Amino acid sequence: MARDRIPISDATLIPRKGEREIFSAWKISFFGAIGILIFLVIYSPDPYKNIILFLPDGILKTFQVTVLSILLALVIGLMAGLGRISRVRFINRIATVYIEVIRGIPLLVQIFYIYYALGRIVKIPDITSAVIAMAVCYGAYLGEIIRAGIQAVPKGQMEAALALGLSRSRAMRHIILPQTLRIVLPPIGNEFIALLKDSSLVSILAVSDLLRRGREYAAHTFEYFETYTVVALVYLILTLFFSWLVGLMEARLSRDVR
Amino acid sequence: MSDNYKIRIEDATKIFTVLGRDNPQDKRKRRMKVRKMKVVALNKLNLTVSPQEVVLIIGPSGSGKSTLIRCINRLEDLTSGSIWIDDICVTDPSVDIRRVREEAGMVFQSFNLFFHLNALANVALAPIVVKGMPRDEAHHRARELLKRVGLADKEDSYPSQLSGGQQQRVAIARALAMNPHIMMFDEPTSALDPEMIKEVLDVMLLLAKEGMTMLVVSHEMGFARAAANRVIFMDEGEIIEEGPPDKLF
Repeated sequence: MARDRIPISDATLIPRKGEREIFSAWKISFFGAIGILIFLVIYSPDPYKNIILFLPDGILKTFQVTVLSILLALVIGLMAGLGRISRVRFINRIATVYIEVIRGIPLLVQIFYIYYALGRIVKIPDITSAVIAMAVCYGAYLGEIIRAGIQAVPKGQMEAALALGLSRSRAMRHIILPQTLRIVLPPIGNEFIALLKDSSLVSILAVSDLLRRGREYAAHTFEYFETYTVVALVYLILTLFFSWLVGLMEARLSRDVR
Repeated sequence: MSDNYKIRIEDATKIFTVLGRDNPQDKRKRRMKVRKMKVVALNKLNLTVSPQEVVLIIGPSGSGKSTLIRCINRLEDLTSGSIWIDDICVTDPSVDIRRVREEAGMVFQSFNLFFHLNALANVALAPIVVKGMPRDEAHHRARELLKRVGLADKEDSYPSQLSGGQQQRVAIARALAMNPHIMMFDEPTSALDPEMIKEVLDVMLLLAKEGMTMLVVSHEMGFARAAANRVIFMDEGEIIEEGPPDKLF
């Protein structure tokens, strides 16, 4: 057959997708960061080992804030996203105004605002107001992602569901949202990474996250350079690890049906 | 149940409002005024379909064929006029439209299978969700329906793994799962390769023989001769010509 005579697959110009590069940017950054960290600990354990032993509590806190925030943000984002496509004008306006307002105010300002505004009414722990602030902010971004994801599902899907006698809300739940999930998972993963980084902002409200632990250590020992080097490297390793996970998820989804 | 008709359409008018230019051909005007324009898709159309009748609707594109059948199960709302299925007035705003949609199954040009579900789940979904049928029973029935459309071995396949003709046959089975009294086909074979058209038409022929009331928008003349009781020719939202297939061609 003709296929035998035209060796298209032998072309070498375009790297094939399955081929793994040995020195990809990701690998250089990730293993580089780990390597430097290990090197520093072995080379001069005096400040570096102490710093590293001081930080795990902070990493845990950062995680806690990030995961709680993203979960709450997903709930808010889902409501905002559904609100944005709602045909009820009132709901639509509320969702749109929420998204416009929140996206127009810096996260740091929002954190202060929610902390002090809520602090006037009820006494809530720092970590709670930090999580609320992050979730309210990221809920707006996720809302737009979810809106776009819902609209990316072909219109015929809703029509077919309606034609079978499903109500609009049931069609949403059984047909549209499961397909939206597949579309929005990668961008939500990216938001998760962004949130992980932005969670360092909550260190200004006595939440002892990774950055704040670093600040505490540095303030005691005056080893600012060394401490922040380690803090930066730890953040880098965490975000690179998660971006690897997101990439894996993306590959998994694109290999799947459709 | 009313004796003489299955579907009765009276003075159905549908006017779409679209954004457009007055005269698209006029290229001299550089600043073209875009304004709301009215397009008449159905113009005081009357049609009665008897039980077990198979009606084929043909006509040039934009003549309102699809709009007509989309109005019957209210995927579109009529501007004025009324549509009755048995003695339910479909166009009455207070009627439970979901019941009407259960009565009238619909098959689309682009199949519109649910991409995230396999063939079996596609067919079984509506009975489970809408009728509250137990899962096992729904799956059992879905298997029977898939067998009827000749796809017994494809129940685990996802839509992306099926050919166009197979997808369309699953879509027919999916519509049948709700036990409709009427089946409406919106250009069911237009998106298919010639060799796949036959397998879909065969299933439709089978349905027609079993006495299903069918409204088919299609240009398949072979199907018209083999199964249709009546052919309707539409243009600009009106019925121009109608009659039995051998008379019209």
